[in-house]
Order: sequence, then structure tokens, then C-alpha cells
Amino acid sequence: MISCEKAAIICNKAQYREATFIEKLKLRFHLLMCKTCSKATKKNTQLTSLCDKANLHSLTENDKLKMKEILQEKD
Amino acid sequence: MAALNYIRSNEKKLKVIKSNSITFDNDTKPMAQHQLQPENWVDLYADYLFNYAIGRISDSEVAKDLVQETFMAGLKSAKNYKGDAAERTWLIAILKRKVIDYYRKINSNKGKAEVRMNYSAQSDAEGDWLEEQVADPFSSFENSNIENEELGLAIQDCISKLPKKQALVFTMKTIQGISTEDICNELDINPSNLWVMIHRARTALMDCLNQNWF
Repeated sequence: MISCEKAAIICNKAQYREATFIEKLKLRFHLLMCKTCSKATKKNTQLTSLCDKANLHSLTENDKLKMKEILQEKD
Repeated sequence: MAALNYIRSNEKKLKVIKSNSITFDNDTKPMAQHQLQPENWVDLYADYLFNYAIGRISDSEVAKDLVQETFMAGLKSAKNYKGDAAERTWLIAILKRKVIDYYRKINSNKGKAEVRMNYSAQSDAEGDWLEEQVADPFSSFENSNIENEELGLAIQDCISKLPKKQALVFTMKTIQGISTEDICNELDINPSNLWVMIHRARTALMDCLNQNWF
């Protein structure tokens, strides 16, 4: 039997498809008994689908550093 | 579904009206004025502006340059900033001009500006012209595209409210899709540490989105 904290971590791993088969099995088993965790898992999955849908982009840290440098030169 | 969308968009408008009236109240008091802090711009707004730009220009290199130019222009005209708009709104306004300028520039050649219109690709096609041209009222494509862009900006807004380290880990993992191992090497943390940070970031994001999106 795993704790809720562990279940949450596995759930997060599963969002990035990085949970192992055994972990997923443990999570499923836990979700059968724990109402709170199954609610949280649902929310978490929803967040993942939102992030996918939004088609997010971001700048890399290097790009940001370069921008900062250029801005500072101007100052 | 259409009705639901309609209700949701109306709710958003209501929210906007509400928030506008609040800022209006604040504007009467001089102490509520906004101030520019250019040293924080890149950390706070770079991703937000970049997402805005990429929604309008799909070339990421050009979008990046425009964000950079926006910051420069902002710095240059900082003394003209009156302080009635929030910093980010002001920067977005500059970026909007930059995007328009960009399209003006690439269309400045006379030949490029000329638009040729044909009824359709197969010009010998027969049939009821008008009926074929009418937009499909059941298409949710345009609406959902607009909504997705707003969603992206909302998520970006929420990410910028996270603690810096968590925001960094979350963007690297979720948006840039870097593997766990690489992130751990780069930031010098161990995997369980990383998962805890991801967990906190996701919990905070869900709270934030529940307030601002749903």
C-alpha cells in the first residue's frame, strides 16, 4: 500500500509518461480506495490536456540571458 | 457546446468590465500609479510576449526579435510612460505595433501587396457560388483557436506567478519537453527533488487556473 504523497508523485510522473508499469499499477490500486487522490488525478490530467491544447511556447534561458545583456548594454 | 461557449465568453466580458471598473477607481488616487522596472522585464514578461507574438507570426525567430525590439522600444520611451496602464499591458501595446510594422514591411513591395482573388482553385467549378462561400456556422475551428490562444496567455500568466525555480522546472519539463535526466544535470538537483517541485508547481497552477480560467 502506498501513501497519498507517493501516489501524487507517481501521478505527476504519469502526466509526463514517465511512470513505470509497476508504479502505474500501484497508483491504480490506490485510486480505487482513495477518493481524494482520484479527484486530484482527474484535475491533474485536466491540467495536462489544457497545457497541450494551449500550444505553449517559451524562450530558452539562453535566449533570455542574451536579451538581458542587450538590454543592459542599452541602459 | 455553442451555447456554453457563448455563456463563457460573456462571463469573461463581465470579468473584464469588473476589473476595468476597479482600475478606474484606483486611477483616481495618484498612489495607485504603476511604475516601470525594466530590470525585471525579461523574467516577468518575455514568455508572455513571446506567446502573444507567436500567435500572430508563426516564425519563432521573428517573434523572438520582435520581443527583443519591444523591450528596446519600451526602454527608449520609458519617460513617456504615464503609469495608467499596467506594465505588461503597455508592453503588449508596443508589441502590437511591432507586429503591424512587421507585416507592413514584408508587404511593402508593390508586387507582394497585390492580392489576386479567384473564386476557387478549380476555376471551372460549377455550382451555387454563394452557398459555398458562406462560413460554416457549426465550425468550432476559429472559436477554439482564439480560445486556445487566450488559454495560453492565461497559463503563461499563472506560470509567471510561481516561484522562479518552480517556474523554470515546469517550463523546461512541460513546454520545452526536456527529459528529467537532462534537467537534473543542468540544474544540479536530484530526480525526487525535481518531482516535488513539479508537484508544487502543478498544484499552484491548478489553483490559479481555477480562479482565472474556469
